[in-house]
Amino acid sequence: MRDIFDSTIERFFLDMVSTEQVLHAEKEGWHEELWGSLDELGFTLAMAPESAGGAGANWTDLCGVARLTGSYSLPLPLLEAIFSNWLLSLCGLDPLTGALTFAAKSDLKLIEEKLTGVLQDVPWGRYAGHILAIVPEAEQNHLVVFTSEQIESVEQVNNVAGEARDTLVLAQVKPAFSTVLPAQFPANILQLGGAMIRSAQIAGALHKAMNISHEYAAERVQFGRPIGSFQAIQHQLAQMAEHVTASVISAEAAFSGSPDALDPLAVCAAKICTSEAAGVGASIAHAVHGAIGFTHEHPLHLLSRRLWSWRSEFGSETYWAKQLGEAVCKHGYQDFWPAVTAGHFDTFQKEIRE
Amino acid sequence: MSIEQFKYSSIPAEAEKLRVEVRAFLQQELAEFPNIKRADSWIGFDAQFSRKLGQRGWVGMALPKQYGGSDASAFERYVVMEELLAAGAPVSAHWFSDRQSGPQILKFGTEKQKNFHLPAICRGEQYFCIGMSEPNSGSDLASIKSRAVLQGDKLIVNGQKVWTTNAHLAHYMIALVRTSEGEKRQQGLSQIIIDLSLPGITVRPIKDLVGGAHFNEVFLDNVELDADAIIGTEGEGWSQVTAELAMERSGPERFLSSMALLNSLIGIIGTKPDALQAKEIGRLTAKLITLRNMSLSVTQQLSEGKSPVWAASCVKAFGATFEQEIPELAQALCDISPTSLGGSEHAQVLAYLMQMAPSFSLRGGTREILRGIIARGLGEN
Repeated sequence: MRDIFDSTIERFFLDMVSTEQVLHAEKEGWHEELWGSLDELGFTLAMAPESAGGAGANWTDLCGVARLTGSYSLPLPLLEAIFSNWLLSLCGLDPLTGALTFAAKSDLKLIEEKLTGVLQDVPWGRYAGHILAIVPEAEQNHLVVFTSEQIESVEQVNNVAGEARDTLVLAQVKPAFSTVLPAQFPANILQLGGAMIRSAQIAGALHKAMNISHEYAAERVQFGRPIGSFQAIQHQLAQMAEHVTASVISAEAAFSGSPDALDPLAVCAAKICTSEAAGVGASIAHAVHGAIGFTHEHPLHLLSRRLWSWRSEFGSETYWAKQLGEAVCKHGYQDFWPAVTAGHFDTFQKEIRE
Repeated sequence: MSIEQFKYSSIPAEAEKLRVEVRAFLQQELAEFPNIKRADSWIGFDAQFSRKLGQRGWVGMALPKQYGGSDASAFERYVVMEELLAAGAPVSAHWFSDRQSGPQILKFGTEKQKNFHLPAICRGEQYFCIGMSEPNSGSDLASIKSRAVLQGDKLIVNGQKVWTTNAHLAHYMIALVRTSEGEKRQQGLSQIIIDLSLPGITVRPIKDLVGGAHFNEVFLDNVELDADAIIGTEGEGWSQVTAELAMERSGPERFLSSMALLNSLIGIIGTKPDALQAKEIGRLTAKLITLRNMSLSVTQQLSEGKSPVWAASCVKAFGATFEQEIPELAQALCDISPTSLGGSEHAQVLAYLMQMAPSFSLRGGTREILRGIIARGLGEN
C-alpha cells in the first residue's frame, strides 16, 4: 500500500504544491482549494477502517506520505487529520471530514459536564472545523472533540513558516463528542502523535534541503570550478547526509509500531534525533547556498523556516531527552542495554502514561 | 541511491531468540571481568575466550556449515556481536577473521583456501590481521608500495605495513599489495594471504598514547609464498577491498566502543540526575537507538548480497562522533577527574576511553575519508 500512497501523493504535490502555492498559503493562512482536493481524494481517511470509508492503512504505510509533506512544505494539517481520524476510529467514533486537527497542549477542566480551558499551539486551529483534545482524569482519560463554533476566542499565533499555531479558548462547553480514551493510549498521546508526525516531516524537509544544496554546489562555480568540488563544502554536505540518514531511519522506526498504538521510545528517539538534525541541517544548507539562499526569491527558506519551527513543536529535543534520560537513570546501568535492545524502558513508558 | 539505501529493518524474532543464550553465557564467563577491562571493547585479546565462543558456534557463524560455520543469518550474527560488544567481552582475537577475513575468503577464495582457513576460523583458533596501511599510504590507500612478484611457482613479497592491529598475535594477514601495473593506481592491486610465521617477516609493536600495544609495524622482506596465496583475482584487489569495507564499517563496533563508559556514567549519575545530566543521557540514548537502526539497515542490505559502501560510511562516521562524545560528556557532566593511577574505576575507565577516543575516527577509515565517500555518493543519485 505504501508505494501507492507515496506515488499518488507525490504526483498530487508535484501538480498542486508549488513554491508559489506554499507562499500563497503562507500569506492567506489557509489554502481551501488544496484542502478540498486532499479531502476529496480521501487522504484524511487513510487510516480509518474500510467500513468507515477509509483505506485501513497503518503508520508504516504513511511514513512516506509524512516525509513528502515535509519535503513539499505542504501548508495544511493533512497528517494531523489522518492522526485524528486514526484515534477517533480506535475510540469507536466515526471519522470526520473537513479541516481537522488536534490540541496536544491544554488545561481543560471538567465542571458539571462542561469544559473550560485553553488549547495551545493548535496547528491550523483557527481554520479547523473539528479539534481533538484530551482531558486527563484520575481514573481514565477522555478524548473530546470540539467544533469551531464552540471556540470562545482565538489568539492567532503563527510559527516562522507562516503556519497557524493558535491558542483557542473554551468556556463552559459541552464537547461535540466525548469518549473514554482506551487504555493502550497514554494521556499525552496527542503530543506523542504530533512528535511522530513532525519527526517524519523534518526528515523529509531535510532530505530535500540536502538534495538542493548538493545540486547547487554542483552548479555554482567559483575559482573556476564547482564549489562542490571543494572539500570544505563536501564535508559539510556529508555531515548533513549523516544527519539526514539518522533522521530518516529514526522517523521510519517511529512509524513502524503496531497499528493500534504508538511506540513512545521510538517516537521520542526520532524527535530528539530529527530536532537536532534540523538545526545542523538548516545551517549547512544555508552555508552551502551562500547569499542567494538568504533571499526571499530562493525557495530554500520554505524548508529552513519549517525546520526551525518543527524542531520545537510537540516537544524540543531537550524536552524529550530529559524525560528519556530520567527514565534511563532511574533504571540504572544494568538495565540500560537490555532496554535498548528490547526497545522499551519501563519507567519511560510508565511516565508517558501518567 | 544513497539515502534511499536506508530502509528500516528490525531483528527477526528467530534471531532475537539467541540473545538470552548469549547473555547467560556472558554473565557466567565475565562474572569477574572488571569494567576497566570491558573498556577495551573489541581490542581486548583473549584466545581462550575466542575458542570458547568457537565451541558455541558463535565465531564465523554466518559461514556455511560445510566450512565449519553455522549457516546463521546476518541478524543472528548481529545479535551475538552486539551482545559481546555491549558486555565489553574480549573479542579481538577472532574479531577480524569473523568480520571480514572469513567472509572475504568465502567470497573470493579457492576451495583449498576455504577448506584450510574457514574451519579453524570458526573454531576460534585461527586469527587474522588486516594489512592495508603503509608508512606513506594511510588515507591514500591506492598509493601502497608493498609488492608481490611471481618467481617460478613462488610469490615473493617485499614491503612494509603499519598500524596493523594484532599482527603480533595473529596467525595470518590478508594484505593488499601491488602485483602488476595498470593505467590507474587502483588497478594491479591484489589481496594475498600471508602466513605470519614465515621467514622474512618482522613484527614490531607500536605503543599507543595510552601505553597499550595493539597495532604494529610489519616488515616483509623477501617473504616466499606459494603462488596460490592470492585471494580472488590478480589485479582486482581494489574492488575486493572496497566491498570488504562495507562489512568493516557498518557493524555495531562502530558505535559501541565507549559502552563501558556510558554504563559507568549512568551508574555514577545515579537515579536522580540533574536536568543537564538527564538531557544528555537521554540524547545519547536516542542516538544509540538510531545508530543501531542504521546499522541494522545496512546488515539487511549485506544479507541481500548488496555492497552498501555509502551507507556503511554513514554508520561509521556518525557512530564515531557518538563514541567520541561519550568521554567528552562524561567529563562535562560530572566532576570526576580521569586518573591513570588510583581513583575510582569510573575515573580510570574515563581516563582510558578519553585517551582512546581520537582513534575512533581514524581506524577503519578516517572521518575525512568517509565524508569524502559520503559527499561523492550524493552525486550518484
